[in-house]
Amino acid sequence: MKPVAGVAAKPRLTTSAMIASIAAPGQRTRQAPFGNALVKLAGERPEIVGMTADLAKYTDLHLFAQAFPDRFYQMGMAEQLLMAAASGMAREGFIPFATTYAVFAARRAYDFICMAIAEERLPVKMVCALPGLTSGYGPSHQATEDIAIFRGMPGLTIVDPCDALEIEQAVPVIAAHEGPVYLRLLRGSVPLVLDEYGYQFELGRAKLLREGGDVLVISSGLMTMRALEAAKLLQADAIAVAVLHSPTIKPLDVDTILREASRGGRLVVVAENHSVIGGLGEAIAAVLLHNRVAPRFHQIGLPDEFLDAGALPTLHDRYGISTDAIARQVKSWL
Amino acid sequence: MGAVQGQGYIGQALGFADVLAVLYFRALHYRAADPAWEGRDRCLLSVGHYAIALYAALIEAGVIPAEELETYGCDTSRLPMSGMAPYTPGMEITGGSLGQGLPIAVGMCLALKAKRSGCFVYNLLSDGELNEGSTWEAVQSASHWKLDNLIAVVDVNDQQADGRSSQVLSFEPLAARWESFGWDAQRVDGNNMASLVDAFDRARTLQDPKPRVILCDTLMGKGVPFLEMRDKAHFIRVDAGEWGHALEVLRGEGVP
Repeated sequence: MKPVAGVAAKPRLTTSAMIASIAAPGQRTRQAPFGNALVKLAGERPEIVGMTADLAKYTDLHLFAQAFPDRFYQMGMAEQLLMAAASGMAREGFIPFATTYAVFAARRAYDFICMAIAEERLPVKMVCALPGLTSGYGPSHQATEDIAIFRGMPGLTIVDPCDALEIEQAVPVIAAHEGPVYLRLLRGSVPLVLDEYGYQFELGRAKLLREGGDVLVISSGLMTMRALEAAKLLQADAIAVAVLHSPTIKPLDVDTILREASRGGRLVVVAENHSVIGGLGEAIAAVLLHNRVAPRFHQIGLPDEFLDAGALPTLHDRYGISTDAIARQVKSWL
Repeated sequence: MGAVQGQGYIGQALGFADVLAVLYFRALHYRAADPAWEGRDRCLLSVGHYAIALYAALIEAGVIPAEELETYGCDTSRLPMSGMAPYTPGMEITGGSLGQGLPIAVGMCLALKAKRSGCFVYNLLSDGELNEGSTWEAVQSASHWKLDNLIAVVDVNDQQADGRSSQVLSFEPLAARWESFGWDAQRVDGNNMASLVDAFDRARTLQDPKPRVILCDTLMGKGVPFLEMRDKAHFIRVDAGEWGHALEVLRGEGVP
């Protein structure tokens, strides 16, 4: 291809594919941790069924469909129906894992999740891909406000796992939980990080992954792996960063968060793959204020905007959630 | 019940009472003392504001004691103005956010088939509820899955919050619409007991592997002439004197 006049001939970063992995080059990964974990669990739990709205392949549920074709329900591209039908299944004693994209669950199916599922505390497990900024397709596919939407729903448990290990650990735990659960899914080739930390997921519990005396980063989802990487970068500048991973957004592990935020006059930074409005950052800010804990406090998250389309590395840097951007911001606040 | 509150969806209740009578005393299998009996037919009140009518049926069926009638809509009552599953025995779902009942019914029908149960799921909805897109998602899905254990019952009273349903959003040709989606559709006079009995019998015994719908043309306020004639009858306020008059007419004592 001939370079266009005046434009330097260099590799272009193009819009990330719908199913682009968020793994960095060379990062260790595991394939389809949700799909594989669900297949494993479903062998022991005959009441588990899989349901989707035309996104089995894109949520790793196709593995369940292959393993248990009689327990898989393709509901078509109809998210309201998906959630209401999952409610009907749960009423009859099944545990449905219902999958779609986070945007469609949060924006389109909200009333159905609220009234048909949450109001009656039914055990529907909504496992939804492309949380926050994990798609380069622009606002139609970027669930930048899903947590803000769902946090107000009474009785809904919200989980934002960090990596493949945590997803694998979370699947049996959320299946065993009595009520409805919303899980922000990383799918496909998913980074593997937390095995190095001897990590074990517990619903409703935040875990301290790294100690550090200058800064406490409280994070969820993929931002925890970014925070751990940023902490290593900052260590080179003699800045000691602790990382508290809080994968359960609701109910929050208030005790652990207060204990860590109260320790040693550290700068507290909440990092999330979500709008700075209505997510983990504001939830923690409220907890701190209510309990008269007043550290220096900053948020790292997505701006209150409809975001651009493009390549994920470009976008993560542009909107401040790349590893380098985290390190830059933390330094600027010290 | 309406007299306790002086208002309510009594027009719909009177119009739909004949349908519920046939449903509860001809079609449905249930155990009054055990509303959660696994072998029951499920009856979903998608139109939650018809609760006043369903309570009357549940009382006649022996599911709810008659003494509770007087608590209708009062604080701490098990009989709220809009039907809610956690409150009332025999109330399968929390309806009222219209367009949710039929898609829930699809899931229940799939589950019952997975359990190899022979129970039916009846979903009670209204012509106004056909405005909702989610209803049609479920209509498509039910025929796709060949849900012959699903019986939708539509109250066609041509009335919704803002006026006549046919003027708010036209719905004809109604039977042809359902048939085109692969359903067995019957359209009957919903205030004619013999027609209703035949329609429910057919819906339950049909061998075709398709979902069934009974479209019931009803007259709001049926049986009480001054209510039948009242315009804009979606939500009715009735004064104490009118209640007395209405009850006399329904008992066959008064002058219509």
